[in-house]
Order: sequence, then C-alpha cells, then structure tokens
Amino acid sequence: MLEKVERQAMPCQDPAERARNFSEVALGYDEETALLEASRCLQCKKPLCRQGCPVEVLIPDFINLVKERDFMGAAQKLKEKNNLPAVCGRVCPQENQCESKCILGKKGESVAIGRLERFVADYELAHGSVTPETGVPTGKKAAIIGGGPAGLTCAADLAKLGHSVTVFEALHVAGGVLMYGIPEFRLPKNVVQTEIQNLKKLGVEIKTNMVVGKATSVEELMEKDGFDAVFIGTGAGLPYFMNIPGENLLGVYSANEFLTRSNLMKAYQFPEADTPTKVGKRVAVLGAGNVAMDASRTALRLGAEESIIVYRRSRDEMPARHEELEHAEEEGVNFQLLTNPIEIIGDENGVVKGMKCLRYELGEPDASGRRSPVAIPGSEFVLDVDTVVVAIGQGPNPLVTKTTPGLELNRKGNIVADPETFATSKPGVFAGGDIVTGAATVILAMGAGKTAAKAIDEYLKNK
Amino acid sequence: MYPIVKRRDLTKGIVLFEVEAPAVAAKALAGQFVIVRANEKAERIPLTVMDFNREKGTITIVVQEVGYSSTIINRLQEGDAFQDFVGPLGVPTEIENYGRVACVAGGLGAAPMYPIARALKEAGNEVISIIGARNKDLIILTEEMEAVSSKLVISTDDGSAGIKGYAATALAQVLEENGGKIDHVWAIGPMVMMRSIVEFTRPLGIKTIVSMNPIMVDGTGMCGACRISVGGETKFACVDGPEFDGHLVDFDLAMRRLAYFKDAEKRAMARLDCGGDCGC
Repeated sequence: MLEKVERQAMPCQDPAERARNFSEVALGYDEETALLEASRCLQCKKPLCRQGCPVEVLIPDFINLVKERDFMGAAQKLKEKNNLPAVCGRVCPQENQCESKCILGKKGESVAIGRLERFVADYELAHGSVTPETGVPTGKKAAIIGGGPAGLTCAADLAKLGHSVTVFEALHVAGGVLMYGIPEFRLPKNVVQTEIQNLKKLGVEIKTNMVVGKATSVEELMEKDGFDAVFIGTGAGLPYFMNIPGENLLGVYSANEFLTRSNLMKAYQFPEADTPTKVGKRVAVLGAGNVAMDASRTALRLGAEESIIVYRRSRDEMPARHEELEHAEEEGVNFQLLTNPIEIIGDENGVVKGMKCLRYELGEPDASGRRSPVAIPGSEFVLDVDTVVVAIGQGPNPLVTKTTPGLELNRKGNIVADPETFATSKPGVFAGGDIVTGAATVILAMGAGKTAAKAIDEYLKNK
Repeated sequence: MYPIVKRRDLTKGIVLFEVEAPAVAAKALAGQFVIVRANEKAERIPLTVMDFNREKGTITIVVQEVGYSSTIINRLQEGDAFQDFVGPLGVPTEIENYGRVACVAGGLGAAPMYPIARALKEAGNEVISIIGARNKDLIILTEEMEAVSSKLVISTDDGSAGIKGYAATALAQVLEENGGKIDHVWAIGPMVMMRSIVEFTRPLGIKTIVSMNPIMVDGTGMCGACRISVGGETKFACVDGPEFDGHLVDFDLAMRRLAYFKDAEKRAMARLDCGGDCGC
C-alpha cells in the first residue's frame, strides 16, 4: 500500500515581508512538489473536475502528462482548451470550480489543480512556448472589442480556427483587468504580456489606443472595414460610488483608479515611473470582494500604516475568494465588519480626515440569500482614516453600447446575449464577459469568450 | 508610435506639435481631447485638440510646460514620436448658430478655443474672440484666432498688449460695445480665469460654457479620477465633458482636485533637474 500523499501546500513569501513589496506572493511549485501533487490524481474515468471548469480544460490528461514528467506536453494539453493558463492557474477560484468537484475532496482534500496548472504554464513560459496550430485561413474577419480575458480568449480561439482577428483595446496595452486591476503581487504583468505575445503568434492583431465608440464604432467596423462578426468584451469599466456626502474629497479613490495607478501605471515605482499615487497613513477600503482585497493589500504595500476593510455584513458573507481573504488577514489588513459609512469628512483643505459610520447587525435573509444587514440606531461613530478606496463594484461602461444602435441592453445597461451562443440582438454581434454578466471572474469571462468563439465560427461558416 | 511631423515653439515654454494619428484625425471635432504618453514610463496626460487634418491624418496639440510630464513632452523634436496617442475623447462642442458669441481664451486656452471659434463661425455666428494673458509674451495663436473670428480682442494683466486687465475686463468692454447683447460665451483657460468669466456672466444670464481639464487616467470613464461637481451632481469630465455649463461647475472643488498631486509633482521635477541619480 502506497503511503498517502497530502495535498501539497503552496510556498508563499513570508506575510510580514511581502506586505511591503510588490513581488508575487505565491511562489509556485517546484518539479518535485508538482510530481507529488500530480501523483494524487486518481485519473477518474468520468472526471467531474472538468464539469467544474468553464473552459473544460482536459484536467486528468494534463495531470497525467505531469506525472510522466512531460511538462511541455502537459502545457500543450492545457492550451487545447485554455489560452491563458498561467493567468488562470493564479486567479481562478478553483475551490468553487474544478477542485470543488474532485472526488478526493469528498473525504479529504482535492487535487490542487490550479497550482498544477500554474506550474505547467510557468514551465512553458520559462522553456519557450508551444504555439498551437492555426487552421486553414477562412478569409473571414472578426473584430474583438476589448483586450481583456473574454476578448483575448475569443480572439485566440477564432484565430486557431483560421479566421482573421483584430482586437481593439482602449488602453495603451492589452490585458484589460489583468493589467489594470489585478495587482502585480497576485499576477505578475510579465506573465500576462508573455501570454499575450503567444496570442500574437497565432496571428491575432492587437490595436491598442483604439476607443470603440469614439475613434470607430461597431457599425463602422462591420459596414466600412469589412468585419464579418464582432465580439464585444468591454468588461465592467464603470466604477460605482456610495453616493454619500464627501465622496469627492481629496483622498477618495474608486478602486479602479487606485489599482490602475498602481498596476497599469506602476505608481508604486514612482518616481522611476512617472505616474504618482498617494496613500495616507490609515486607509479604509469599502467593500469585501476580491477587488477590495487587492486594494487593501496594495495600500499596505504603498506604505499605509493601517489598511481597513469596511463591510456592512460579516465575514461569512464576504464575496472575496477565501484565499484572498486569508492572504489579506495574514498581511495585517484589519476588518471593520458590520459597519457601513454614511459620510466622509474632510478638513479645511478638502482632504479626508475621517469617515462617519454606522454599526450593523444581521437580520433576515435577503434576495441574495445572505442575512441582510440592519443598521443599529444610535451606533454612529467616526473612523479615523485619511484615504478611502471605494470597491463596491463596477457597472458596464456605456461607450460602446451607447454608440451601437439595435443592441438590446438590460435595466442595468448590460448587453443582453443568448446564454448559449452569446449572440446579441444585433446580427453578427456577440458579447460576453462582465459587459453581459456584470462584474464576475476572469475565468467566467474566458468561458464566455470561448463559447462565443464557437458560435461566431458557426455564424461565419454560414455567412 | 505617433510621429511628430511638425514642432513650432509659440513662445517660451509653449510648443505646438502636429502629430500623425490618422484614427484620431479622422474623427476629432472641436472640444474633444486626446490622451498622450511621451514614452514607455510616462503618465497619461489629457490635452484638448487644437486642430485636425483629416487628409494628412494629423492632430495638432499645444503643450505648456507646467510640470514634469509637460516638460518631458516639450523636449520632443520633429521626427520623435509619442509612445501613445488616443482619442478623440470626450463630447464635442455643441455647435449651432447662437447669434453673437464670445470665445474667451486665457493663455494656453487659445489652442482648444481655435477649432471651437472656427466651427462657430462656420455655423454662421458672429464670433468675437478674446485672448487674455499675464503679459504680451504669453499671448499665442493670434493670427490663427484672427482668421476664425469676426473680431479679435487682446488683453494683458500688465497692459503690455491690448486692453489692460483680466479677460473678464475685456469681455465687459466687448459686451458694452455690442449694446449688452452677447448670446453665448465660451471660456477656456486656467481655472481662476474661467471662474472669473463665469462670475461675470452669471448675473447677466449669459450661458457660459467652460472646458474642464482635471487629472485623468484612462479617459474612458473607467476610473473616475476626473470627477467634478456640476449642479450638485458628480460628473466624469472625460466622458460627460470636458465642456460644462460654467454656472453650474464647483470651481473650488475642481481646483483642489487638480492640485492633489502637487507634492509628487515637486519630487518628479526635482528629479528632472538633477537627472534622477541622486535618489531624491
């Protein structure tokens, strides 16, 4: 009888040290650890893990190749389904997806599929990448609007099928939220850019600095520039604010601004990079999702003495990934739970000097199934902070939708798309990712991009 | 990359660049802006468009050295290129035939005002333009503005050229000369100048449009750095503006927000002076 192998822990930088630097927190498996972890996979005949993956990665197959030490083969196997494995291995919520279905998880701990995916993808990045084969050119042209996870995935799949693909990206680099939103310490930007270089090898053309809705439009792309189909993957690019007094004071940022300055513009390297940012001594981050965790951990790294998550429900209701929450706690982020701000207070120069809050308690479950927070009368107090980052969510950016007649939107401004084909109300136009679902995860956006690519391929074949 | 095809020094510290950016040039309209980066490490800087040439595929911008990034930009020469140049962003000026309009430009404001005055004149307006500055050396683009205006008035704070006084003084004089009848005013320039014009026209009930130039990052409504308060409502200058009804703009807030990174700016400037090797 073989000795039972435990799930291999992810080696991480020491919390006290990493809370002050921007290097990657999780260091990744070495070969030996990867082999040990891979040995735990039972190679199920009916692999349930695959059902948990939005892009249906061939999980047992790639793990089997790891077992055989054929790491490049494993990378190729991953890439049959996943165009950005080094990204997904880092930021997918595997605990709710593939790993939640793993049979080993029933009695013990599931196989660390995400960590193995990252190991294989990093091995490939370090040893020269495998470019997947592209299909015979079809002569059909597809335009992808938005170079984030949904758009890049859709672009790669369409290119593999032989279509000519152009990505239109508004910012100066492609990657979308992978570049501006998710911090370097969780997803190194060179990993993202290497993955994007690999997409270019498939023949995908990326046009940066192109704001669709301004420099061009969906209609113009189709009618004038000869694109046969369009995929809209513009994400959740509109920050929500609380709409409480004091939100325009100096020292109040949207999470998008705070993170974009640090991640995309590398403000943490100021003045070596030209874009500044400012973080005070005591930073309040409003919200408790992954973006809020990223912002609170970034604040510490930028030099804040105290970084506080302010959330109106309790720890159990927090929408952040468990791992992100734990990392934040280990690094010393503080939590003011069952607390909600009602006003941000400024000094005589209009700079934040405090935040008036109310205490809450949990009442009956609300529409989301979570116990709803109820304000406690008379519980008002002032939290001593000098910077506030609002991370309560993002909505759909209207630049593209507003300039595309005939595109059906829902009440919130998201594009209405067929759940199976991601076709919109406008013929030849497909949409997926956060612009359809509202702010969600990288892998769901990639899943949408992938499914839409199949539907676009069908559409182009019949066109 | 976006090559500079022409560079013209308008006066000390103010440079005109004509830049090859065909996608922007094809669509740009008066009142819109671009965001540029001088190099790979540079900040994203919003600049209002001065001119566009659809045939040549070029955009003209005018940059005044006020801080680190504008200094870096103004060191670029013909043949150099901008790393990034994105646009046209923002909502174009609402051009119609209002009758008699005054286009009041403070200093550098003459550059963004130029295409607005031109479009207003083409739409049949009588366009009276005013360029005001601290002294005559800071008055730019007079020939260009003259060509697109029915009349051009100059004012300087020190009286070294034209009317002595602020731009608001000149506007008061223009108003008097025209029997108190001006139908619409545009004011573009430093915040204090725009505010003084707005305070002058407020009691007269003359609609006054200002062009806001707050700190921006992406310029597409994604970050909210550029938020300003208009009529008590928060607006994003990048997508809702940059032009707003000046009588509704909270200038105190706008000025405070514009100055938020002043200390960082000083650090960057110090680095520029010493070459950056001293670690300051």
